[in-house]
Amino acid sequence: MEGLFFYAFSGFAVIGALALVAFKNPVSSAMSMVASFLGLAALFISLNAYFVGIIQILVYAGAIMVLFVFIIMLLDLKAEERKTKYNPLFLVGGVFIPLVFLIQLCGILPHVPNAEPEPLHLKESARYFYDQEKEASKEEQSEIHKSLSKGDLPDVNLIGLTMFGHKGDNETIKTPGYNFPLQIVGVLLLVATVGVVALSLRKKTTGEPEPGDPDSRPEP
Amino acid sequence: MDWVPLIITGIKVFFFTFVVILPLIAYSTYAERRVCAIMQDRVGPNRVGIPLTLLGFKKDLSFFGLLQPLADGLKGLFKQDLTPGHVRKSFYWMAPALTAIPAFITVCVIPFGSNVNLFGHDVKLVIADIGAGPLFVFAIASLSVYGITLAGWSSNSKYPFFGGVRSCAQMISYEISLGLSIIPVLMVFGKLNLTDIVTHQSEKGWLLLPLWNEHGSIFSGDYWAHCGPQWLLLLPLGISFIVFTTSIFAETNRMPFDLPECETELVGGYHTEYSSMKFALFFMGEYAAMIVGSAVIVTIFFGGWSLGFGLDSALLQTGEGAWKWFAGFIHLGVFLAKTIGFIIFFIWVRWTVPRLRYDQLMKLGWVVFFELALFNIFIAALIIAAPHIGPLLTLFVGVPILLALAAIMYFITKSVESKHKVNIT
Repeated sequence: MEGLFFYAFSGFAVIGALALVAFKNPVSSAMSMVASFLGLAALFISLNAYFVGIIQILVYAGAIMVLFVFIIMLLDLKAEERKTKYNPLFLVGGVFIPLVFLIQLCGILPHVPNAEPEPLHLKESARYFYDQEKEASKEEQSEIHKSLSKGDLPDVNLIGLTMFGHKGDNETIKTPGYNFPLQIVGVLLLVATVGVVALSLRKKTTGEPEPGDPDSRPEP
Repeated sequence: MDWVPLIITGIKVFFFTFVVILPLIAYSTYAERRVCAIMQDRVGPNRVGIPLTLLGFKKDLSFFGLLQPLADGLKGLFKQDLTPGHVRKSFYWMAPALTAIPAFITVCVIPFGSNVNLFGHDVKLVIADIGAGPLFVFAIASLSVYGITLAGWSSNSKYPFFGGVRSCAQMISYEISLGLSIIPVLMVFGKLNLTDIVTHQSEKGWLLLPLWNEHGSIFSGDYWAHCGPQWLLLLPLGISFIVFTTSIFAETNRMPFDLPECETELVGGYHTEYSSMKFALFFMGEYAAMIVGSAVIVTIFFGGWSLGFGLDSALLQTGEGAWKWFAGFIHLGVFLAKTIGFIIFFIWVRWTVPRLRYDQLMKLGWVVFFELALFNIFIAALIIAAPHIGPLLTLFVGVPILLALAAIMYFITKSVESKHKVNIT
């Protein structure tokens, strides 16, 4: 059953990706990219990575691609729909990049076990968490332990644990955590945002007002 | 392969979409018309019933017009479906479905009730009990913007395009405050599973009504010894609730924020070029989004399916803490009652509050709600992370500092903005 869904959704993602390249119309291309992202998200979800799959939809399909579509629609790109002139460099790029990808694929494929994946040992991991908690003599059970012993995979909590670690006197699981790198990456994104604003903010010229400037409207 | 869970899931999908949500959509349109008629001192649709006069009887049975949605649906199906010649056909046909489908998919994580025990099977009254419930709702709901935007673009006509672009910008803007406003709530719960959130609330008091916890209610038991910062948290959670509810209004394009279909400026907005059932699909998508939105508000802030006041454990649980076999049905009824209450609230607001101007809408989203939600997270974090500094110190030192910071941010934005002000005379 999982195999069937895997082929269906990966087919969906691949067709979306191909359509993205094949379509002339930018809006059609953007929409096929959304379809491709949805297929990818479904693959993540079928791997029990609900959080990653949902974030894939929320961030890429739901926010970034919406902005792309918005901009494409506003610009009304007519020139893109016309036939482009043939350039031999296209062929070189079109052969070279897939070739690199093919070599990588050939390198990986022999090591793929190609077997049914083992079911997740949720109860055993619950016991593992239980032992760790007993060592730390913690009174309250953690959310992770609770849902593991119920037989659910607490992927959100596990991602949180891996990302931010667990420090303090009564720590349950010792993980280093990536709290600091995460914050730094956040600041990096903020720098990029501020840079974009600084670059795109037009200085007001005192002399001639620019066309399209709302202040340059003739007084009625 | 075990077929029983699959069949149960199929039955649940059928039941919740076709028996619960679709009739709710139909009757919200009816309720919308009746409620607005009452508010405007009119009668509203009160005629459509069983036309017994056609069969030779003397009087029709009108049932207060309760069959009006059926008549509307039939009208939508049998009207001429006109596709204008100037549209981009494929997207024009896809757009109504792209609006309606996400709204229906989000239904699958809403917990409609606790467990029902039928024929020896313990059935959870939620289609997919996944560990990232609210995020799933946001993710799928954020896809519905494509339907409206593409409808506007593919109509290839000026006013629908304005409507589509407006809705695109509006939904992106309000998604930010929607996502940020819910973070204090998630910090309180510490989990993302909607069923767990509801169970937590049924034991420890609804988020906005912490009148009881597992040690008794405010009048009895040692409630006050164990309530912790429950009452202090009402401040950030109240702000969360206001921002979240208003953002849901904006996300579903409901009245104070229905700029995409603003009749006075845009003819009919993004669905100007649509007719018959395609138009009805937009309508259904909007109402389905409204119903799911009220269901999410109820689930997160008002205890979802729980009866509350400690009644759940007293009436519906056996001694070992398991639910009695009929508990799910009672919870389903409670949940639907609360959701219908919120639908009425949505309708009430629609016919009370006038429409915002587009720049006011954007300012509200980006300047007020965005910052309010952001600072709200810090207030909630202060209360949760530092319980030892005491409620008085938190209230009179921490909160004013944060509010002052918010005010500074607000005035910085204002001062930057006022330089670019457009003089409309």
